[in-house]
Amino acid sequence: MIINQYVIASSLEEAYQLLNESKKNKVLAGGAWLKLSVKDVDKMISLDRLSLDYFRETEEEIEIGAMTCLRDIEEHTTIKNLYSGILSSAIGHIMGVSVRNLATIGGSIMGKFSFSDILPVLMVMDVKLKFFHHGIVDIETYMNDRIYQRDVLESLIIKKDEGQGYFRSVSVTPLDFAMVNLAIVKKDGFSVAIGSRPGPALFAKDTMQALNKMHSFHGKALDQVTKICLDEIGLGKNLRASKEYRQVLVQTYLKRGIKQVIS
Amino acid sequence: MKIKCIINQKAKQIDVNNSDFLLDVLRREGYVSVRRGCDNTSCGVCTVLLDGKPIPSCSLLAMKADGHEITTVEGIQDEADKLGRLFGEEGADQCGFCNPSMALTVYALKKENPKANEEEIKAYLVGNLCRCTGYVAQHKAIKKYLEGEL
Repeated sequence: MIINQYVIASSLEEAYQLLNESKKNKVLAGGAWLKLSVKDVDKMISLDRLSLDYFRETEEEIEIGAMTCLRDIEEHTTIKNLYSGILSSAIGHIMGVSVRNLATIGGSIMGKFSFSDILPVLMVMDVKLKFFHHGIVDIETYMNDRIYQRDVLESLIIKKDEGQGYFRSVSVTPLDFAMVNLAIVKKDGFSVAIGSRPGPALFAKDTMQALNKMHSFHGKALDQVTKICLDEIGLGKNLRASKEYRQVLVQTYLKRGIKQVIS
Repeated sequence: MKIKCIINQKAKQIDVNNSDFLLDVLRREGYVSVRRGCDNTSCGVCTVLLDGKPIPSCSLLAMKADGHEITTVEGIQDEADKLGRLFGEEGADQCGFCNPSMALTVYALKKENPKANEEEIKAYLVGNLCRCTGYVAQHKAIKKYLEGEL
């Protein structure tokens, strides 16, 4: 990888302008995935001097700066207690402590990695993303539109709602990417997202609709919901798992997750 | 371009290229205890402490180290010696290639969670791979180190 210029941005505006000068210009987050995802870069834009590693907490919400490292988020008391601690749990599955000290939440979001353990959790937690140019955007809109890839992520905002959460990532070893991952939150209704399909994370909307209409969560009712989920989600095969195995995993962990969040 | 940093408590100014990773720079500067393994964050053998926190030096751009404090195993020699003695007693050493990075990570664990139980030790060290020992003897030695046994 060749980096022609390393530019330390003095403001978000400067970072945004530089990013949009050329498609060969990239914003640098922690850099944990840099070697494996980036070829040559004309201008590598550092956000290190913009003080974007922070937690700002009110009674209603917590705002996390985009350059906050994953380890700090994993260990934050509020995050550990939100929705049964699923964000903390999802982050804690990623590689080792040293990588989580380097990788940032901003890089994890903007990478839109299909294997991401974090994205399905952020989706069911209904986080908002604050971009320099586009302002505050809900995560579903972000996931469905590429225009935000040429913006600079400033922070994410999580509402401190009451609710139960469930997260499961299935991999061969602790350091492998997930074969499939699944996140569920139950507040007033259900929110379900499935990732590493092997495609990027998706909301299981038909599944959520079905769950929100259900009164009984046992036996045939759960079988019916898992069938709806498998029909809508579009699981596939890659080196890590076959389509059929992913289907078995989703069936199993969807049921377990539903039982856990309603208990 | 020059970066200014502190390495093992000594102020340094080092010429780096934009594309250099910290691992490349440290080894070029003679800190060969910092090893190259997988070169992509999986193995942990390149671990150094950045401002006291373990990070994979193979994946930190050297430019990002400007203004920061870096510690290699030479910077924690007394503590590394204690851990090394315990490793020897428990038979937790074979080729020794992973030892410097493991010592740094364990040192960071001691600062962060000195009363770590076995599960917490395992979780903290999951990113430090050892191809030789099978980890059991290492975890025993680390537990003794954390408990202050020498």
